[in-house]
Amino acid sequence: MKFGHIGTENEQTFGHKSTSAIKDIIKDRTLYLFISPFYLTFLVFGLFPIIFSIYLSLHSWDGIGEMTFVGLDNFAYLFEDSVFWGAIGNTFIIWIMSVIPSIVFGLIVANLINSPITKFKDFFKVAYFLPNVTATVAVAIIFSSVFSTNYGVANFFLETIGLDRVPWLTNSLGIKVVIALMVIWASVGYNTILYLAGLQRIPKELYEAAAMDGANSFQVFTKITLPLMRPIILFTVIMSTISGLQVFTEPQVLAEGRPIQGSITIVLYLYEQAFSFNSFGYGAALSWVLFFIILAVSIINWKIFNKKNKGGRI
Amino acid sequence: MVRAFSLKGIILHALLFFGLLLSLFPFFWMIVMATNDTSAVYTVPPTFTFGSELMNNISEVFASTNFLNSFKNTVFVTVVATFFKLFFASLAGFVFAKYDFRGKNFLFFFLLATMMIPSQLSLVPNFIVMDTLGWLGDFKALIIPDLASAFGIFLIRQYSEEAIHNDLMDAGVMDGCNNFRLYWHIALPIMRPMLAFFGMVTFMGVWQDYLWPLIVMTNPEKYTLMIELAQLKSLYSIDYALVMTGSLLATLPLIIVFLLFSKQFIAGIADGAVKS
Repeated sequence: MKFGHIGTENEQTFGHKSTSAIKDIIKDRTLYLFISPFYLTFLVFGLFPIIFSIYLSLHSWDGIGEMTFVGLDNFAYLFEDSVFWGAIGNTFIIWIMSVIPSIVFGLIVANLINSPITKFKDFFKVAYFLPNVTATVAVAIIFSSVFSTNYGVANFFLETIGLDRVPWLTNSLGIKVVIALMVIWASVGYNTILYLAGLQRIPKELYEAAAMDGANSFQVFTKITLPLMRPIILFTVIMSTISGLQVFTEPQVLAEGRPIQGSITIVLYLYEQAFSFNSFGYGAALSWVLFFIILAVSIINWKIFNKKNKGGRI
Repeated sequence: MVRAFSLKGIILHALLFFGLLLSLFPFFWMIVMATNDTSAVYTVPPTFTFGSELMNNISEVFASTNFLNSFKNTVFVTVVATFFKLFFASLAGFVFAKYDFRGKNFLFFFLLATMMIPSQLSLVPNFIVMDTLGWLGDFKALIIPDLASAFGIFLIRQYSEEAIHNDLMDAGVMDGCNNFRLYWHIALPIMRPMLAFFGMVTFMGVWQDYLWPLIVMTNPEKYTLMIELAQLKSLYSIDYALVMTGSLLATLPLIIVFLLFSKQFIAGIADGAVKS
C-alpha cells in the first residue's frame, strides 16, 4: 500500500517484481473488494446483456416461444423497413432543429449574463437553468397543452397576430418542431452555464488589448470569444448529439403510445418493436444499429474537432 | 464605475428578462392550469391568471388515481438508489484516487470505457435478465443494475486525488486505521462537497427516469411517479387541471432540491465542463 503514487513509479515497479502477483492481490484484497460492486454489476447487467444482444439480434424471438436462428435477416430487413428509415430521418431532423438554437441562445444568454454591467447574475443563472432540472415527462405534458390545436396558447398567439392555427401535434413537421422546442427549452440553460464557465476563463487582458486596438463588440466576439470557446462549444455539441440521437420520452409522452409517423424516433421505434410487438430479436438488431450510428457521429464530431484544432492558432 | 442605468444596461437587462419570460412560461402555464378548474382551460382567450382550485385538484388527483402510492414508490426508490450509489461510488473513487494496486490502470480504463456504451444497447437483453431473475415489477430492477455508477466513481476519484492529502492518509495508517476506517473517518468528510453534487445529480436522475421503469415496472402497484404521470395523461387527456396538478406535484421535489442547492449544483456543472 502506498499513498502519493506520483513520482514513485520506479519504486512501484520494483515492488511488484519482488513479490508475486497473487501475494499482491491477497495483500490488497480489501481494495479489490471496495471496487468490486461496479465490476460485478457491470458483468451481470452490462457485459452479459451486450453479448446476449448480439446473439438475440441473430434470432427471431417473441419472448415466449422457441428462438429461431435467422442469421443476418434482422439486419437485412432493416434496410427495407421504411418506418426505420423514417425514424432515422425524424431523429436527425429533430436533432438539427434543436442543437443549433440551443448553442446560439446559450451563447447569447451567457454573454449577456457575463457582461460587467449585468445585475442579479446569480438569479439569472438559476432561473435559466431551472428548465433543465424539470422532469421530461412533465415537460412533454405541459408542451402538449401549450401546443394543442384548439385551446393551446401557441395557436391563440398565432391567431392574435392574424395567422392561422397550426395542428402542431398531428402534423408531421409540427410535432418535430414541438419536440425540438422542448429540447431547446431544456438545454439552453445547461449550455449557458457551461459557456459562462468558459467565458470566465478567458483572460481579461485579451479584451483590454482588443479595446485598445479599437475593436468593436462584434469583432471581439468573433475574433476572441468564439475561438477560445471552441473546445467547450464542441463539448456541448457532442453531449447534445449523444442525447439527441436517443430522444425517447418527449415523442413517447406526446403521442400517448400511438406514435405518428412524423415523431417516431430510433429509440421509440426500438421500444415499440421490442416491448409492444415482442420482436426481441429485431429490437436487439435495432439497438446495435443505434450504437453504430452514435459511434459514427461521435467519430465525425471528434475528427472535426481535431482538424479545427490543428488549423487554429489557439 | 459603470452607470447602472446606461442605455446599454437597460437593453441588456430587457433582453435577459425577455428570455426569462420564455424560459419560465411553461412553469407559469403549469401553475395556471393546476390552480384552475378544467373548464377554465377551454375558453378563448385562455385563462392567464392563477385560480383557487389547487387544493380541490390535488384531492381529486389523490382520489381518482394511484398518485400517492407512486409518489411513495418514487421516494423509496430514489432514496435507496441515491444512498447506495453514493456509498459505492465514494468507496471505489477513494480507492482509485489514493491507492496503488495491481491492475489499477487497466481497471480504471475499463471503467471509463463502459461510460461510452449507450444504455439502449442493453435495454432488450436486460429486460430478459430481469424476467429471468423474477425482478419484473420489483424495485430491485430499478435499483440494483445501476448500483455502482462509473460516472460517480470517476467524479469522486477526480475530486479526491487532490482533496485528500497523503499526509492525512499516512497519519491514519500510523494510528492503525484499516482501509475502511481510512475511508470512513478521513476520506468521507473531505469528499462531502462532491458527494453533495453527485447525490443531487443522482436524485434528480432517478426521480425522473422514464424509459427503464416503463419497461420493467409491470406491476401497477409499483409504478413510479413518471409512469403514473404518463398514464394520467393518456387516461385523463381532456382533464388538463388534473394532469397539470399531477405534473406540478411530480416536479416540485426536483425544483425544491435544485433551488435549495442551486449554487453548488451550478458550480458543479460548470466545473465538470471546464475540466473535461
